[in-house]
Amino acid sequence: MTATATPEAPAEVDLGGEARSRRADWGFRALVTAAGLTVLAVLGLILVTTSLRSAPAFQDEGLIGFITGTRWAPNDDVLGTFPMLYGTLITSLIAMVIAVPVSIGIALFITEVAHRRTRKYIVTVIDLLATVPSVVFGLVAVLVVVPAITPAYQWFADLVAPVPGLNAIFDESNTGRNYITASLVLAIMAVPIITSIAREVFATVPETDKQAAYALGATRWEMVKGAILPHSFGGLVGASMLGLGRAMGETIAVALVIGGATSMSANLFEPGNTMAAIIAQQWGESSGLHQDALIAIGVELFAITVLINFLARVVVRRAEIKMKGAHS
Amino acid sequence: MTSLNTAPDLTGRNLSKRRAFANRTATLLIGLCVLIAALPLVLVAWEVVTRGGSALSLGFLTEEIPRNYRTAGPGMGPAILGTLAITGMAALIAIPVGVLGAVYLNEYGKNKPLARFIRTMADVMTGVPSIVMGLFIYVAYVVVIGEKVGFGGSLALACLMLPIVIRSAEEMLRLVPDELRQASAGLGARKWRTTMSVVLPSASSGITSGALLAVARAAGETAPIIVTVGLTYIYKPDLFYGENTTLAAQIYRNATQPFAASQERAWGAALTLIAIVFLFTIVARVIAARFAIDKR
Repeated sequence: MTATATPEAPAEVDLGGEARSRRADWGFRALVTAAGLTVLAVLGLILVTTSLRSAPAFQDEGLIGFITGTRWAPNDDVLGTFPMLYGTLITSLIAMVIAVPVSIGIALFITEVAHRRTRKYIVTVIDLLATVPSVVFGLVAVLVVVPAITPAYQWFADLVAPVPGLNAIFDESNTGRNYITASLVLAIMAVPIITSIAREVFATVPETDKQAAYALGATRWEMVKGAILPHSFGGLVGASMLGLGRAMGETIAVALVIGGATSMSANLFEPGNTMAAIIAQQWGESSGLHQDALIAIGVELFAITVLINFLARVVVRRAEIKMKGAHS
Repeated sequence: MTSLNTAPDLTGRNLSKRRAFANRTATLLIGLCVLIAALPLVLVAWEVVTRGGSALSLGFLTEEIPRNYRTAGPGMGPAILGTLAITGMAALIAIPVGVLGAVYLNEYGKNKPLARFIRTMADVMTGVPSIVMGLFIYVAYVVVIGEKVGFGGSLALACLMLPIVIRSAEEMLRLVPDELRQASAGLGARKWRTTMSVVLPSASSGITSGALLAVARAAGETAPIIVTVGLTYIYKPDLFYGENTTLAAQIYRNATQPFAASQERAWGAALTLIAIVFLFTIVARVIAARFAIDKR
């Protein structure tokens, strides 16, 4: 407990104590190393245990058939999961199209536009957004937003009905639980993480660059366009990928609002499903091969999100190194 | 900038119309982004407080959960206990391991290849979807012991918290000035003593704050709970025996039902859950703020 070392005088070293102390040092080192290694152990165990358990499902269809098959009928042992992969990709990509510009805007507002006091409030708002549990977002979305927004979807579908192409993407539908609603919820949930990383990235832009742009007579927007954005491009790509990874793995909010159809539709107003959501929806009633298949979807999702996260971290780190190089 | 005979016109009045317009539009759009983000927060807060507030009562916090969705009336007591117990147990597992892991990264591993690899993998682990953690614990623990128990949920939440705790604790350890370590070493303390009695105590408030934020995040998790913990209607204080439940799981379960009674319980549970999560967050903030002052 005391901050100083043991009271033994250095002149007369107690060899026994010394040895014990050395052993303690070695033991402590082993302990903390083991703690650090748990991260690798858990990741490895996830991969091994879930893969082993889901092997029957992959064998049933073959790896390719499992990923690309378009029919999901677990009662007949037909396990094509492509509709879910499609749903995951489409909802999270639409979410990124909405969330990335908004997050960059917020980050710019915080770093460049807001006064110090407003800045604090906005940071608080974004932090609060990050702390709201996803199931609460889902609850509000399914019980409040879905009933309110369904007529708006209908109105929009009627509006674009004469436009070829658009009318296939935004077609008639009689439910508010669909790809678009899921995308909107995902967008809201991705904003805090993208914003916080975008802020970090913007903070690394050298102050001298900004002052130089202003000194040349640039307006604020021209300074952002000429000094901040080119500097931050790599980091923003990484931030967007992290947001994408988060959106692809989001389960409960999506499970509540996506509708639960296991078919695929180009019409974004139709119900669908995502990889994460179908696990939550069908878990309770699953057993045997059906359950193995759900775990197999989890393995596929794990592989995709780990890959995206890994790439994102590499991109962010590269960008940071590059920026620091430019700075010095 | 100074000592010009005629001060340059810096007001922007002479800006060309196009440039002034572009600047103003951009500023407006950037401001709009903030409003877009604030809108859902206000909506969620308003709906949860108004709808959940009417469901909330002392009975709601203590009574058992009605078995029938249609039964009107209160009861979320077991879910509140389940949330606190399962999350608390997860914290007991994840925080010690996470802090020790951070000690390895910052005090021993530093820039060694292994430490850098662990750091990257911890970052990657924060991105593993919570449902996958649930499936992992289901396969590796629930199947092995043969039943869904509260402790399975704790393990899944602990796996989710671990990388967050490691990374935030490492940030805090990095802030501890090297002079403290050198002074301690100079007094003859071995490295483990220095770490345990000098480094960790001086970073303790920052570590606590980061850990509490991780706990708050975990308390709201749903997906791993529904996979590993199952369901109960009555109080189950023993995490190692029998299925359990949490507020988040109850919100999910009740929100999918078309009955007014169950939906009202979902709103009440949402308000309770948000209150718990915010409490942890605020405590973490207060501790962090105090830490920041200590640093000056």
